[in-house]
Parts: sequence; structure tokens; C-alpha cells
Amino acid sequence: MNWTDTFASGLDAIRAHRLRSALTMLGIVIGVSSVILTVGLGLGAQDQVRRQIDALGSNLLIVSPGSDTSEGGVRGGFGSASTLTLADATALADRSVAPDVADVAPVTSDSTTLKAGTTNWTTNLVGTTTSWPAVRGRTLDAGRFLTEEEVSGSADVVVLGPDTAAELFLVGNPVGRTVTIGGTPATVVGVLASTGTTGTESSEDDVAIVPVGTAKRLTGSATASVSTIYVQARSGELLSAAHQETSALLTTLHGVTAAEPDFSIATQESLLETANATNRTLTILLGGIAAISLLVGGIGVMNIMLVAVTERVREIGLRKALGATAGAIRRQFLVEAGVLGTVGGVLGVGIGTAGAFLLPDLIDQPVSLSVLAAAVAIGVALVIGLGFGVYPAGRAARLTPIDALRGE
Amino acid sequence: MAAIIRMRDVRKTYATGALEVEALRGVSMTIEDGEFVAVAGPSGSGKSTLMHILGCLDVPTSGSYWLAGGDVGELPDSHLATIRNQHIGFVFQQFNLLPTMTAARNVELPLAYAGVPRPQRRERALAALARVGLADRTEHRPGELSGGQQQRVAVARALVTDPALLLADEPTGNLDSGSSAEVLALFTELHAAGRTIVLITHEPDVAARAQRTVLIRDGVLAA
Repeated sequence: MNWTDTFASGLDAIRAHRLRSALTMLGIVIGVSSVILTVGLGLGAQDQVRRQIDALGSNLLIVSPGSDTSEGGVRGGFGSASTLTLADATALADRSVAPDVADVAPVTSDSTTLKAGTTNWTTNLVGTTTSWPAVRGRTLDAGRFLTEEEVSGSADVVVLGPDTAAELFLVGNPVGRTVTIGGTPATVVGVLASTGTTGTESSEDDVAIVPVGTAKRLTGSATASVSTIYVQARSGELLSAAHQETSALLTTLHGVTAAEPDFSIATQESLLETANATNRTLTILLGGIAAISLLVGGIGVMNIMLVAVTERVREIGLRKALGATAGAIRRQFLVEAGVLGTVGGVLGVGIGTAGAFLLPDLIDQPVSLSVLAAAVAIGVALVIGLGFGVYPAGRAARLTPIDALRGE
Repeated sequence: MAAIIRMRDVRKTYATGALEVEALRGVSMTIEDGEFVAVAGPSGSGKSTLMHILGCLDVPTSGSYWLAGGDVGELPDSHLATIRNQHIGFVFQQFNLLPTMTAARNVELPLAYAGVPRPQRRERALAALARVGLADRTEHRPGELSGGQQQRVAVARALVTDPALLLADEPTGNLDSGSSAEVLALFTELHAAGRTIVLITHEPDVAARAQRTVLIRDGVLAA
């Protein structure tokens, strides 16, 4: 019996028991579609994180106060200690000290409520210098960014993020109009262009940027500390050189040792890795649960194939009497199990794909479909069908024709 | 005339636990090419065991069995499958047609196991069905056919490989008298055309249709 015939008889048997075959496949379908969805969710989350981190700018070093003790130590007041100052930023911008640093943008960050007419909007108030757009790779949609004079004079001017502008000013051009920040009126001089990121939290498009001195005054902060210093290297190749220069300079300025710094420097790459490590763990965990459901589906296939063998003892006996070898019988049942697995896998990929299009609307999480994951899932479904078909097929093949013919 | 079947002192013993049952106690027989032989005997006489060995569904415990010139006494299972496929056509009491397949596809089945290409298979199956008078029922499923028609499909399936031996086990056991007569007439007709037929039955009037009758009782042939 050739493979075409074996397939035809396998399909016949599956068609003859439509409901049962459908229920058997259901286990595989659910397993495969959940694998597709969990992997898709994991990849989607990774893509989202990458986009957010890419949106920070390019060739960036992110200097934060406090030490990020990586190896078994205590995280020494990360974010709480205010060890970074405007003076640090000024020093880093000095070409003779840090030749591989292209630009530096110190940033303070506070939550503040802005008011335009009767509209209130709480957003992130960022105090910075003129180099911020270059370092962060941002452009403006309208107006201009802060000028040197406004920064040095701590003028009451503000540049709004596109989302912030849209919230505060429903109609008309915001440039030239006034918003009140903590009781002080400030003139809107520009509106940033959107970064295109659609992150739900801490959007880069919802922000109000003022001169760093203005931010200090508005938030009533007396110290010269800043929350982050963004350092841009001249190029990607010079990133590690810039990293060393920054580290050396800050160590000297702060009078600490390199072994116990009071600041930490992260690259976009390291941020991405940290975020992805968490994501990966979660994806593996969820994927593992999905894989277990796939395994349960496989056991379902075995169960039904065993029932089929018992039920079709006479058919097996007849086929043997007509000249089927043990091998031919084994192939017939393996093909049946394999077809159940594969069809289940294909349906599962279909349902998983449909879910990947529906899910983002329901839970506000992006889902990335992977062709590779789909192919692997179908392959695994086939292998599971075959794997769990081996035992029932072997049982069928071992039946002796007389026992099989006699069986009722 | 050449002997199609030659059995010499065939014995078959079944071991069920500690008990040994000797179903055949030394059967010797010769069946010539073109003979129509009935094997008759009451139930428990060893009739079924003899049929299993004749049909290469089982092997003798001792003794020798030549079928169509070859010794099939001690062949492995896979060879026996080939022998069954090429040399023996079975007709069973229960018809044993596959319910999901049309009559034509049921008849094609032995040819599929023989590796005959599809178009030839189809052609030979239709010819076999025409031979048993069912040329107009080829696309019917077994459920759509009468008992007599189903048994004729089974006969067509047995004939389609052009076997050396047609082995029928109680072929009329599940049929009404009209259908029985129909099927037995078919056997007579096939015999007249030169086919070798062994018919196993416990009904004397069915056995009477054969050219000669071999009686089996308690595992031995009665003279």
C-alpha cells in the first residue's frame, strides 16, 4: 500500500468519526493556539520595550544617581540619593575632559499639574537645557525649543509634548499661549513632534519641558541636583569610550572610588537587556504552561487512537487477511494520528493568529506573530500526534489476524 | 492436475494456561487445482482451525503445508501477509466489508496492499464486480446493499487478485435462503469456470453443493 492510499484511508477514518476527531483535535488546537498567543505576547512586549528605549535617542548613556550594585550587593539608594548636579553635566560637556561625548542633557523630573484656562492636566515636568532635543533625538512640530538665554535666565517658557498640547488646547495653535504651572504663568514656545511610541505608561509624548532653573523654582527645590543626565556619545563605536570618560570624571568629581560609585550608568542596550530578561522569563513560564496543554492534547490523541484500535479490531483483522503487513497497519494508524495532530496544529495556528489580532483590542497589549513560532508549533503538533500514535499503532500492528477477525 | 494444497500430518495445539488443547491431530489432505471442496463438521471439530491454517492466518504447530507449490509452514508473519494477498481470496460469514468505502473501493483493497497502481486497480475491481453481477452497484456503500449483495461484493474482493484458492468460511451463515442460493450459485459458476474453492460449513445442504466433502471431527478427518 503506497503513501497516497495510506493517507486516503487515514482521512477516511477521520471523516467517518467527525465529532470524535474534532474533539480529539480540540486539545491540540487549544495547545497550539495558546503557544502562538503566549509567544506572540512575549515578542510583542519585547518590541514595545525596544521601541520605547529606541525613542530615548541614539548612542545614549543614561546616568542616574545612586549605585546600582549588580553583584549580590545592596542597591545603594538608587534614585533616592541626589548626587548628580548641574555642575556634573557642565563638566561632562567639556571636550577636553570627555572628548568622546557629543552632548549632555541634564534632566530634572517632577509630576506637576498644568492649567490652560479651565483645563487641568497632570504631566511630567522636565527641567533641562538647550541640548535636550539633540541628545534625545526629538524634533518640534511647531514653534521652537528653549534658547540659551531662557535657560540661563530661567525664563517662564514651556515646550509641550504633542499629547500634552492636545489635552490642554483642544483647538488652535498652542504656541504663544499661556499655561499656568504651579501658579506661575508660562508662555508656550513650542510643541514637540510625536515619537510614535504607543506606550500606555510614561509616554514620551506627554511632557512639559521648561528651563532647568525654572523647574527648580516651580517645584520649590533648592538643591542643584538633577534626576538624570543623558550623555550622547559621538558614535556607536565611541559609546564605551564615552562610558569610561563619564565614569572617570564623575568618580573624580564626587570623590568616590570606582568600586563604590554613587551613580550608575546604563546604556540603551543594557536597559533593553534588563527589560527583556524579565519578559523572557514570563514568556518561558507562560509558554511552558501552553506546552503542557499541548502535551495533554497529545495524550488525548493517544486515548482516542487506543479506542479506535479496540473499536476497529475487525477492520484490522480483515486488512491483515487481505494482505496488510504489520508495517502497513502501523503506518495506517500513525498517519491517522499524525493527520489529527497536524490538522489540529494548523487550526490552532489559525485561531492563535485570529486571537493575536483581537487580543490587543481587549487587553491593550501588542502581540507579535512569528512565522517561525507558527511553523514550530505545527511541527510539534505533528510530532506529538505521531509520538502519541506510536503505542496505539503498535498495538494494532501486533494483533494476530485470527484474534482480530474473531473480535466483536 | 497439479495439487494446490498439500497438507501432511498437520497438528495445532493451543496452550490456554496449563491446559493444552489439541485442535488438529494430524490432518493430511490434498486439493487439486480446480476442485470445489467442502470442509464440513460440527462446531468444535477443528474446522475453524483448519480454515485458519489453510488461509495462512495461523501456522501449524507441526506438520507441513504446501500452498501453490511453496512451503508455507514456517514463514514469518510478513511473508504470510504476502501469501494471503497473492494466493488466497477470503469470503467470511460476516462479509467484513469496510462500511465507509464504496463497493468498488472495498474490492480494490487487496490490490492496494499488492501495490497495484490506482487506475489498474479500479479497472480490475469493476471487472470483478461485474463478474458477480454487481456492475450497477459499484458506488454503493455496504449499508446500501442487501446481505446477498454484500456477500457478492466480498466474493468480488476475494476474486480480484486472481488467487489460487478461494476460501469461504460459512459464507451463507448470515444470509436468508434466497440470498444463500444466490451466493452458492455464484460459487458453482466460479467452479465451472475453473476456480479452486474450499468452503467451510456445518450445514450439510451447503456442503452438498461441492464436488466432494471432507468431514472433520475431533481434529481429524473422517474418511
